[in-house]
Amino acid sequence: MATAERGEVSVTRTADGTLLVRLAGAWRLRGALPTLEAIEHELGASSRPRAVAFDARDVASWDSSLLMFLVRVREECEQRGITVVPDGLPSGVGRLLALAQAVPENKDARGKAKRVPFVERVGLAALAAFDAASEFLGFLGEVTVALGHVLRGRARVRAGDLLVFMQEAGAQALPIVSLISFLVGTILAFVGAIQLEKFAAEIYVAGAVGIGMTREMGAMMTAIVMAGRTGASYAAQLGSMNVTQEIEALETMGISPLEFLVLPRMIALSLMMPLLCLYSDLLGILGGFAVGWGMLGISPRVYYDQTVYSVDLGDVTGGVFKASVYGILIAVAGCLRGLQSGRSASAVGEATTSAVVTGIVLVICACGVFAVAFYILGI
Amino acid sequence: MSTRVVDPNAHITVRNLTMAFGDFVLMRDIDFTIRRNDVFVIMGGSGSGKSTLLRHMLGLIEPAKGEILYGDESFTNADEDARQRMLRRFGVLYQSGALWTSMTLADNVGLPLEEFTDLSPADVREVASLKLALVGLKGFEDFYPSQISGGMQKRAALARAMALDPEILFFDEPSAGLDPITSRHLDDLILALRESLGATIVVVTHELASIFTIATNSVFLDAETRTMAATGPPKELLHHPNPKVREFLTRGGDRNGAEGHPA
Repeated sequence: MATAERGEVSVTRTADGTLLVRLAGAWRLRGALPTLEAIEHELGASSRPRAVAFDARDVASWDSSLLMFLVRVREECEQRGITVVPDGLPSGVGRLLALAQAVPENKDARGKAKRVPFVERVGLAALAAFDAASEFLGFLGEVTVALGHVLRGRARVRAGDLLVFMQEAGAQALPIVSLISFLVGTILAFVGAIQLEKFAAEIYVAGAVGIGMTREMGAMMTAIVMAGRTGASYAAQLGSMNVTQEIEALETMGISPLEFLVLPRMIALSLMMPLLCLYSDLLGILGGFAVGWGMLGISPRVYYDQTVYSVDLGDVTGGVFKASVYGILIAVAGCLRGLQSGRSASAVGEATTSAVVTGIVLVICACGVFAVAFYILGI
Repeated sequence: MSTRVVDPNAHITVRNLTMAFGDFVLMRDIDFTIRRNDVFVIMGGSGSGKSTLLRHMLGLIEPAKGEILYGDESFTNADEDARQRMLRRFGVLYQSGALWTSMTLADNVGLPLEEFTDLSPADVREVASLKLALVGLKGFEDFYPSQISGGMQKRAALARAMALDPEILFFDEPSAGLDPITSRHLDDLILALRESLGATIVVVTHELASIFTIATNSVFLDAETRTMAATGPPKELLHHPNPKVREFLTRGGDRNGAEGHPA
C-alpha cells in the first residue's frame, strides 16, 4: 500500500549524453518525497550529462510534491549549468514550473531580516524602554490638559458615556471584588492567627486584618482586579477601534479621541475605584471576622470593638485616596496601550496583555511610593 | 517653498509633497491642484501610496517635505486650532466605513452635529434622520453598524461624512468590497452630492469603471518610479505619453500597441 502512495524515480543515460529521468507512480504530498540522490549522483559524475529530460508517461497522479521535486532538480541543474528540457512532463506541471520561475526572487525582501548583534539589541531595547516611558508621561500630560479643558468648560464629557462606564467599572465589578476581598481577608486572618496564637493574642487578628485591608490590601487587590478586568477591556476596545479606523474617523472629524474616549473611561474608573475600595475593605474585614469567629472563637462584639479600636479614619481615607490614583493609572495604561495598538487582531491581543502588565506594574510602583511618602508624612 | 501663485479657483493644492516613513521614501515630488467642485481621483496600482496620500491630506501623517493648502491657507503649517477648524469642513468616508460600532446609526451621524453645533438633541436626531434618508437608509436610525450589510454601512458612513455639510468630501476606496451594482449606486450618489451640495470630492480608487464615470480630474501615482506619473482628466490620460498610465487605464490592453481606447 505504501508504495502506491509514493512517486518513483529512475535515471538512465541516453546515447547523446542526456540524462533521462523516468517518473512513475502516484506523487502525493502525503507520501514522502523521493530523494534527489540518484540524480545528484549522475549530475556530479565525471562525464556530466548535457541536458536533463523527463519521461512522465507512468505518472499515475501528481500534486505539488512532483512540482517541488522538479524545482529541486532544476535548481541543481542551474547550479551546474545543465539545461532542463521540460517537454516530457505533464503539461500542467510544465506550466506551473514556468510560473514558479517567471518572477525572479526579490532579494530585498529577504535581506531585511538580518541578524542584529547582541550589544545593538540591548541598546535598541534600552532606547525603546526610554521612548515608552517618555510616551507614557507625554500621554499623561495630554490627558491632564484635556481634563483641564473639561474643567474649564472648553470641552465636555458626555454624561451618557460616563454613566455607562461607571456602571461597567463599578456595579458590574462587585462580584469579583467581593470574592477576592473576602478571601484576602481570610488569608490575612489565617496568617496573623498562626503567629498570634503563640502568644495567646488571637484577639489582635481583628486589628491586623482591619489595618491591613484598609491601608493596603483593599486598594491593592481592587486595583489588580480592575487592571485585569477593566484596564484590559479599555485596551481591547480602543485597540479594535484602531483596527477599524474608528479612531481616525474621530480625529478627522475634529473630535479629540482623548476627550471623547479616554477621559470618560478615566473619570469613571477613578470615581468607582474609591467606592470599590471601601467595599473591598468591608468584605475583607468580614472575611477576617469569619476566621476570627469560626476558627478562633472571638465573639462578634469583641471582634467589632477591636476593629473599630485599631482602625482609624486616616487608614481608611489613605487607602481610598490610593485607590483613586490606582484607578487613574490603570485607565491611562489601558487607554494608552489601546490607542498605540497596531492594526491587526494579534496587535490588539498584545495591547491588551501590555495594558494589564503596565497597569499592575504602575500600581505596585505607586504603592511603593505611597508607602514611603505616608511614612515620611506620618500618616 | 515654490513661489507659484495659487490658482484662485484652487480648493486643494498639494505642493512638492514627499511622503516617507523614516528613511523609506514612499513617493516624492507630488504636485497637483484640485479645483472647486472637482471630482478628483487619486489612482495608481496597489501599494502606490494612494491611501497614504489621502492620510497626508487629512493630517493623519505629516509630510516629510512639501505642503498641502486648502484654499490659500496652508494646512501643513497651520497650528492645532486652525487645523481643527479646517478639519470640520471635511467629510471622510473610510475604506471600511469606520462607523463607531458602539453607537446606533443615528448617533453616528448625530455625534458631529452634537459636538459642533448648538442644535437641540431632538433637532440633532431629525437632521441625522434626514442625512440617513439622503443615502437611502430611512428607518434604520436605531440599528447598530453590525446589524446592516457592508453596502449599507458604506452609505451610513457617507451620511456621517455629510453630517456637517462639508466643503470637501474624501472617499477612500468607496467601492472596495461592494458588488458592481452597489458600487455603481454609490458612484451615482457621489455625483448627485457633488451637484447638489457643490462640494469638492476627492476619491482614492483603482476601479476603472468608477474612474471614468465620476472623475473630472485625477493624479496617477506610479509605485515603481515613486512619484506621480500624470495628472489630468482620466479620458485625456488615455493618450498620455507614459505607457504605464495608458496601460493602467486600459487594464493592460495598451500593451499590445493599441493607442489607448477606453475599456
